[in-house]
Amino acid sequence: MADVRLRGAHRAVRGRRLTERPNWGAGVAAVVWLAFVIIPIYLMVKDALQTTDSYLDGGPLSLPRHVTGHNFVDVFDRGFTRYLINTAIVTVASAALTVLLAFPAAYAIVRSRSRAVSGIFRLFLAGLAIPAQATIIPVYLLITRMHLYDSLTAIVLPTVAFGLPLSILVLASALRDVPRELYEAMTLEGGGSVRLMWSLALPLSRASLTTVSVYCALNAWNGFLFPLILTQSDEQRVQTLGLYNFQGQFSSNIPGLMAAVLLSAFPIFVVYLFARRWLVAGMAGVGGK
Amino acid sequence: MTTALPAARRGGVRAAEKSTDRAARPGVLWVVPAALFFMVFAGLPLLLVAVLSFTSWNGLGTPRFNGLDNWSRLLSDSSVWQSLRISAILTVLCWAVQTPLALLLGVWAAGRQRNRAVLSSIFFLPLLMSTAAIAITWLTLLDPNFGLAAKWGHYIGFPDGNIIGSPRGALGCVVVVVAWQFVPFHTLLYQAATRQIPQSLYDAATVDGAGRVRQFRHITLPQLRNTIVTSSVLMLVGSLTYFETVLILTGGGPGSATNILPQHMYMTAFRDYQMGYASVIALALVALGTALSLLIVRFSGFAKMRSTLEGI
Repeated sequence: MADVRLRGAHRAVRGRRLTERPNWGAGVAAVVWLAFVIIPIYLMVKDALQTTDSYLDGGPLSLPRHVTGHNFVDVFDRGFTRYLINTAIVTVASAALTVLLAFPAAYAIVRSRSRAVSGIFRLFLAGLAIPAQATIIPVYLLITRMHLYDSLTAIVLPTVAFGLPLSILVLASALRDVPRELYEAMTLEGGGSVRLMWSLALPLSRASLTTVSVYCALNAWNGFLFPLILTQSDEQRVQTLGLYNFQGQFSSNIPGLMAAVLLSAFPIFVVYLFARRWLVAGMAGVGGK
Repeated sequence: MTTALPAARRGGVRAAEKSTDRAARPGVLWVVPAALFFMVFAGLPLLLVAVLSFTSWNGLGTPRFNGLDNWSRLLSDSSVWQSLRISAILTVLCWAVQTPLALLLGVWAAGRQRNRAVLSSIFFLPLLMSTAAIAITWLTLLDPNFGLAAKWGHYIGFPDGNIIGSPRGALGCVVVVVAWQFVPFHTLLYQAATRQIPQSLYDAATVDGAGRVRQFRHITLPQLRNTIVTSSVLMLVGSLTYFETVLILTGGGPGSATNILPQHMYMTAFRDYQMGYASVIALALVALGTALSLLIVRFSGFAKMRSTLEGI
């Protein structure tokens, strides 16, 4: 401690900017955390690539000895393709529906002078606090009453509903930054509300739209709770539930299980590689809920 | 007279505004679709859960009202109180583990060096994976026969490697897995907030001869106060989502060692099919979550939260 402080004072005398100095304490923590994060991911990839026999023989952190793609074939044989397609459908439908509902709402919340609109906005703000876990029983009741139980639609509906408050909040705060003068200028050219939204508000809030879409898509792709209580059959299964099921079946086939886990996360890893910025922005939204 | 003047002026400004601002204003109709959708699938369920708490329903057929039966049962049901205790312990443990880690990592990651950017992109990998994928990966690591736990268990006092099979070990496993999954997100919050602290504060402190530790204590920490509150509230409210991890990792076991309240509710509703009684537990969850958040808001000057969030 004293040493750190002394060194700090010493450096200060030399007039260096603080943030440019190496911070050893945090640096060590960062390296330890790095190992903690990487070990499970390394094991996941390694196990997915080796045969069951070499999984049982090898040391925990050893390099894979017999690399094979067989586990992936095995996973696809057990119907994982179907689960991935189902998940993709749910993901696209949820993200599209959320944006379609949220954007006009956010636009009206920013632009409208109606009291009712600001009242509804307050409702959405309060809705941020509704925990999805606590509503699974009535959601189950609603979905069965609507004869939607065990369908992909059943997953999309509550997923969208619980994504709306944050999406509207993010979009509305982006739309507030569009200067009023632009709306006025475009009105002089003879534009109504629809045209103002379409050719002014929409292009100017493209970044937030992307963030919101990514947030909704990520939520839907990784969703577990609603599929768990609202679907049942193999035909309607999404990937997260597929993993949960495999985990019961594959108890002795860890490489197969890890191959499935890797496949389930693969599309997102690819997006992360190419569009890291959007994904991080979207993730900030995820936890913001 | 003194009041009339500003009023008149205000009226004048408004009139002037009106004369220049002729842009079309959208009406209520624009928010109706989103509002309806939200009310049906999120608002209505919240009301319904209260109604269902006065009924008896097995998941099929029609719920039947049974008055206060569920509520009186709650009072004498020790398993619910046990679950509540475990929830509280888990929430506090997760908070205590995650907050210092995320704070330290976030401040570190706020630096702009290139190696930090590369390392940070690895840090955030857990954020990409679903809870199911994370819990299942950890479950194989913790396998007492073939996993890492079998080989390394004896280093942390589990010579047989069966960490997940012992009550304390299982609780610890949930904390570790939850931290693995969620620390990156909170790091992200702290990183963004740290970058907004004015450099001039540090420069001034440096001139005054304050070292790194003192600067951290007297500049960084106070400046991050709102973020600490935000992150803590999110952790508290988010502790409901630990349910998915618990369900896959331990199923509430061994015994009832990790049987947190949402897990208890899920089992009551979808394994025992006592939907009415489970609704009482669900309502308790809502009340608890709201009360906790309000308490924190009240005692920490949470009003500034929004500005902190906007920095993300």
